[in-house]
Amino acid sequence: MNGTGVTEVPLLEVRDLVVTYPVRRGLVGALRRRPRRSVHAVEGVSLRVRTGEMLALVGESGCGKTTTAQAIFGMVPTVSGSIAFRGQELTSMSPRAMRLVRRKMQLVYQDPYESLDPRFRVRTTIAEPLRIHRIGGSKQDRARKVADALARAELQPPELYAERYPHELSGGQRQRAAIAASLILGPELLVADEPVSMLDVSVRAGILSLIDDLRKRDDVGVLMITHDLSTAAHFADRIAVMYLGRIVEEGPANDVVRDPRHPYTKALLSVVPKRDPRRRTAPQILVGETPNPIDVPTGCRFHPRCPVAEDRCRTIDPALRPVEADGGGHAAACVLVGGEAPVRTMTGDVAGEG
Amino acid sequence: MSRILIDPGMVDAPPKRTRGSWIRDVLRERPSAAVGAALLGVFVLIAIFAPLLEPYGIHEQVGPVFGPPSSRHWLGMDDGGIDMVSLLIEGTRISLTVGFAAALVATFIGGGVGIVAGYFGGWTDTILMRITDYFLVVPDVPLMIVVAAIWGPSLFHIIVVIGILLWTTTARIIRAQVKSVRERVYVKRARSLGAGNVRIIFRHVLPQVAPLMIANVVLAIAVAIFDETALAFLGLGDPTSTSWGTIIEHAFLRTAMSRGAWWAIVPPGICVALVVMGCYLLGQAIEDALNPRLRVAHLSVKTFRLRTLAGRGEEAV
Amino acid sequence: MSPPLLEIRDLHVWFDLPHHRELHAVQGLSLELEAGERMGLVGESGCGKTTAILAVMGLLPPTASVAGSVMLNGDDMLAGGEDSIRPHRWVDIAMVFQGAMNALNPVRTVASQIVEPMELHGIASGAAADRRAGELLELVGIGSEAGGRFPHEFSGGMRQRAAIAMALACGPKILLADEPTTALDVMIQAQILDLLVALTKDLGLTLVLVTHDLPVVAQVCDRAAVMYAGEIVESGPMDTLFHGPRHPYTRMLFAATPDLYGDEEVLSIPGSPPRLDESIQGCPFQPRCDRAFDRCETERPRLAAIDRGHRAACHLNDVAAVPK
Repeated sequence: MNGTGVTEVPLLEVRDLVVTYPVRRGLVGALRRRPRRSVHAVEGVSLRVRTGEMLALVGESGCGKTTTAQAIFGMVPTVSGSIAFRGQELTSMSPRAMRLVRRKMQLVYQDPYESLDPRFRVRTTIAEPLRIHRIGGSKQDRARKVADALARAELQPPELYAERYPHELSGGQRQRAAIAASLILGPELLVADEPVSMLDVSVRAGILSLIDDLRKRDDVGVLMITHDLSTAAHFADRIAVMYLGRIVEEGPANDVVRDPRHPYTKALLSVVPKRDPRRRTAPQILVGETPNPIDVPTGCRFHPRCPVAEDRCRTIDPALRPVEADGGGHAAACVLVGGEAPVRTMTGDVAGEG
Repeated sequence: MSRILIDPGMVDAPPKRTRGSWIRDVLRERPSAAVGAALLGVFVLIAIFAPLLEPYGIHEQVGPVFGPPSSRHWLGMDDGGIDMVSLLIEGTRISLTVGFAAALVATFIGGGVGIVAGYFGGWTDTILMRITDYFLVVPDVPLMIVVAAIWGPSLFHIIVVIGILLWTTTARIIRAQVKSVRERVYVKRARSLGAGNVRIIFRHVLPQVAPLMIANVVLAIAVAIFDETALAFLGLGDPTSTSWGTIIEHAFLRTAMSRGAWWAIVPPGICVALVVMGCYLLGQAIEDALNPRLRVAHLSVKTFRLRTLAGRGEEAV
Repeated sequence: MSPPLLEIRDLHVWFDLPHHRELHAVQGLSLELEAGERMGLVGESGCGKTTAILAVMGLLPPTASVAGSVMLNGDDMLAGGEDSIRPHRWVDIAMVFQGAMNALNPVRTVASQIVEPMELHGIASGAAADRRAGELLELVGIGSEAGGRFPHEFSGGMRQRAAIAMALACGPKILLADEPTTALDVMIQAQILDLLVALTKDLGLTLVLVTHDLPVVAQVCDRAAVMYAGEIVESGPMDTLFHGPRHPYTRMLFAATPDLYGDEEVLSIPGSPPRLDESIQGCPFQPRCDRAFDRCETERPRLAAIDRGHRAACHLNDVAAVPK
């Protein structure tokens, strides 16, 4: 099914996405003529998800990963850039066309306790997408589709779970119900925003394996948003690390985790606690905290905290460059990677090549 | 295939809580709610069965003007010699009808404004809220007096006037609730799936907001009845109908006080007080039940208790 | 061998439920804490770990009843209820609550909130207290000048440091930290954990780290106790727990935690924890255990010594009883 994925149109392709929020000055600020500031939530993000592939978008809070996911679904306005699903541009689509595309893209939310309406039985919530899009045929057809979705989400026997209310289910079961509700329309792309961070450890693996199985068995493409590098390392095919609105490193999961090239990735990996007490690595703890996305540093956005920053890092804003000449899809945005680093401009053009 | 085995981890379902049992829980936990509900219930029954309960006709003179209470006329007679008990029973029907109707009008308008403002936000919200503010700021009673005076007395006008002034508080409360429900994840999910606004409002927002509206209606009834009584007392009510307010008004105008005919003035007042109290007790209890956080007392002088393990030895590890 | 600094013996906590029922939140917890060590208390939601340390601090609500003993330097703090705990609270043993960083008083300066416990417990007052507060702020890495600022001016990590400084105000020997880094980014988490380790080394502080995050405990603690359904099912040195666990829950919990470099499959634990408002027959973990046998259904295992410092509550360790 996905043998020669190289030339195939990717399931999801985001190019140079920019999302900014204006910061409200308020009346006093306007009177005092304070300059208008913006939150630079996403400043030029490009990523690609192929059929049957899981890309993990990893980063700390404020890095813009959730905003990227929201932009993909049109929940926040995109300032510039393109978001294409199977080659169709989403940012300029009519609402009617969007509704059709939306059936193929589903979002799984972080909070299993909130993503189900407490007043609806599970079967009602799962059948809702069918009702909204007015598909699904007769009542029996719908019931059967609901049962199928429940079975795919491993809630067996489906009839038992269909009749329950959310408060009668555990956190893991609720998340599976939410996943079933996403599956009923037969999506091709699943975006999971921290799908297990609110669940107990003993339950997480099941949910993540479920998502992984959907990917392998049904060729669903998955974009997983997470702050947990261990989860990403374990389940994802590719990892993209975000910092302050940009992707600073991306590549096959194994490569990024075992051979990180960007100083931020290296530091992040070193401070992730390992479960084996014998493997206590010397953590490279960065000084200070991630700056506010309102005040993004000039030049390389990481340079104030970078342990190996050089003078030129204050003025050069590096673009993602392949780390090895042979590609392999591993790239990092650092002057120390891959030769003379080209500079990014705000329009996404890469200037100063060579 | 996923490695998780069959998940028999069905959380043992807590006892099924249907809508009915929720009300029973409220009544059981808070005796004040039961008292309020009982009071209200009694008056509602009286209002419904009024014609059957009235011992004498309300236009039938059965004794002298301001006749005192006797064994046949427990509360005596009014300024027209009409039996007070019958008048009170008739008044129950009118006062309660006006109260309920006005409260419903207010809740519909207030609920509607609150939902629209809270859900759509932006300019809609701003404009609606400024209108609400205007009505909030205008003094109720003088406006009611002016409108009733201009528009003329009739039950219908009274209901509308009270309703128009009552909706503002409801609007604010509902708007706040709608704003918070709108941000809930399951609503966002429905929107991202492509559900239309109407669908979301009716299926997701309204059920969450309905209990609050119910609590509000109950409290609004109290205010509406009080307002009607006040208006009638001031002579702006419908003179052809018999409400508690008109009873008091007639008695007052015919100098019942100086004649010592307390039975013509006090009983209707007590009725108003009882109904209002009943509404408040019930309404407060429903509000508290909806907002469990109000109930918890964090600051407590009492601390945890000690227990010995005598007799539990075999359980101790 | 010096006696342990803190010894919890057979701690039970019950919470009143409506209709004359009870929730048996802590079911016979026993633990020893040596001076200067870093002990982890690990468990998932509902296992009773927070309730247990609140019981040790005497901070349970009136709906709770407590049995057992908590010995601090030979004194049973629990024996006299609130009266016997109060002299020790904050002065000998202190706690950083879950979400403490969000519970700072927004209308008072950070320094004043550190001074407050000092004055209440008669440790210091006036200029001496201010000076000490400044020292504490330096110690936790905020800096004494920041003391005049308000909590909302601090980031999450800094507020957590302030909460730690508040807990240390009266110079306690034992610090109980409940999920101190759960809401924080991994880099800030590393900073806070680094701080806690430094405090144990520099101040001779004894730390109990309560969390559901196993890797955090693996990195920071020397020893750990694993809790399930209100009791400790295994305790021992960190290394032993990972490389030689003797309770299936411990083993499965580690197996359910993805590792950055590990390639082994990550496995869920099927089922869910038992209800604590009903009495439990046999081993509480038995319904979910992959190695349970008949004795596990009828007899509740006791916490028994496997080795020096290593204990587990599992029938499988009783070699004679396990069927072939």
